[in-house]
Amino acid sequence: MNTDRWDVERIRKDFPILNQEVHGRPLVYLDNAATTQKPHAVIEALERYYATDNANVHRGVHLLSERATQAYEGTRSRIRRFLNAAEDREIVFVRGTTEAINLVAQTYGRRMVGPGDEILITALEHHSNIVPWQMLCEEKGAALRVAPIDDAGEVDVEAYERLLGPRTRLVAIAHCSNALGTVLPIDRMIEAAHRQGVPVLVDGAQAMAHVPVDVQALGCDFYAFSGHKVYGPTGIGALYGKAALLESMPPFQGGGDMIKAVTFEKTVYNDLPYKFEAGTPNIAGAIGLGAALEYLDGLGRDRAAAYEHDLLAYGTERLSAIPGVRLIGTAREKASVLSFVVEGAHAHDVGTILDREGIAVRTGHHCAMPVMTRFGLAATTRASVALYNTREELDALCAGLGKVREIFG
Amino acid sequence: MAGLRELYQEVILDHNRKPRNFRRLGAPTAAAEGYNPLCGDRISVELEVEGDTLRDIAFQGSGCAISKASASMMTAALKGKTVGEAAAAIEQFRAMLTDERPADASALPGRLAVLEGVREFPIRIKCATLPWHTLRAALQGRGEPVTTE
Repeated sequence: MNTDRWDVERIRKDFPILNQEVHGRPLVYLDNAATTQKPHAVIEALERYYATDNANVHRGVHLLSERATQAYEGTRSRIRRFLNAAEDREIVFVRGTTEAINLVAQTYGRRMVGPGDEILITALEHHSNIVPWQMLCEEKGAALRVAPIDDAGEVDVEAYERLLGPRTRLVAIAHCSNALGTVLPIDRMIEAAHRQGVPVLVDGAQAMAHVPVDVQALGCDFYAFSGHKVYGPTGIGALYGKAALLESMPPFQGGGDMIKAVTFEKTVYNDLPYKFEAGTPNIAGAIGLGAALEYLDGLGRDRAAAYEHDLLAYGTERLSAIPGVRLIGTAREKASVLSFVVEGAHAHDVGTILDREGIAVRTGHHCAMPVMTRFGLAATTRASVALYNTREELDALCAGLGKVREIFG
Repeated sequence: MAGLRELYQEVILDHNRKPRNFRRLGAPTAAAEGYNPLCGDRISVELEVEGDTLRDIAFQGSGCAISKASASMMTAALKGKTVGEAAAAIEQFRAMLTDERPADASALPGRLAVLEGVREFPIRIKCATLPWHTLRAALQGRGEPVTTE
């Protein structure tokens, strides 16, 4: 694919926030793994909804409610197509990946996991794919098992396969590591789990904007993601679940919209997916997320991934050439993330100096403290690219690291 | 770079490179742990209090240049002072960084006033104050680790 035809200057104009100076320097936004910026299409969808369609969904007989419901459910269909799920009812709106994982832990997990059972994760997981399982294990007397990673930040798949045992009730793995950028071989990992009859939840928060996803081809049982990491608003995301599994699960929260009939003696729960959507949802957020996915589809997800892959390779080469800079996470398959340490300078100081150069990066443990511990580090600096970043911005990052050496050299 | 030069003054960089009193005490009479969960900085402060005097004070841990320099300069400035003087310095240091209209920072002992530049970097104030929170916990004999949150 010819990535030269990726007209990044035109694409940058779609993101109004990028056109500004911070500390007197042009903004270089390289904190996309924390959250991505929003195109006009998303901002306008939010404004249009509130200015013309605002009403509650699934209840009103009036026109505004009909329009709001149509837009909200239209996003559900778009997410279904984006993930290539089989049916709209397999898409449950949630606040984000964290809520999606907690939903599965508190419904499927509480029903299926008992004393002595095991849940298997990897050493690369974000805290949101560790803590909900720890809480469940503590409640049920179950054990959390962790598949190790090697020095490159790749999962030891053979060790993972050995950890899949007769007591494993669920596998929960990231599609892409937020701290190191590793893309996990989830197709092989899902296949291995399924051979043992173990269902698999995939945390897609970091992958969604950068790696094509096809839940039917993958065969995963659950796939969770957040809208704000894929150019959509905060506070909205979705959980994909296979219909048969979702049907078998008890509800998550009780309230309006998740019921068919309520008496003081008994409540009949609603059908999928509404059984899991208690209360008035984030309607505007969902509509904004729909606009984000439409935007990304319009540019072409494969083309965006190819462009980012090229940027990542360029950034890897440039950073590797700087004396005193060491990349953390050198997996063969990576997306978006350049995590590194600078000799003699703490990540926090690196972040402050880069900020004064207009460059936004993340510093710290990236909500993945076990990953940091694995590498014997307290913190790294993380630059993460998105489809609107440029080679010139990565050059600016390298120049900024020159300033770090000037001060700390 | 003006702001950065204010923040990373030579004396601060020097304390970062060669932290003073960066060791364990043989027989501490009080100690505390401090932790900043946002950035993972950890520090332990040990004291040897005799009567009313801080006969010795030392620290250990890992952190950014600001937290390390702050800890190093704190120990250098307070060794040999009374517990009352240390308590007053803790309050003056906090005021220098977080009060809306801080009093003259030159009242602080040692070279501590050079850390005033941290005011211009609000996100980094917790880095500078972590050693001081930890010292206060040690003086108050609190066993629980303190955190910046």
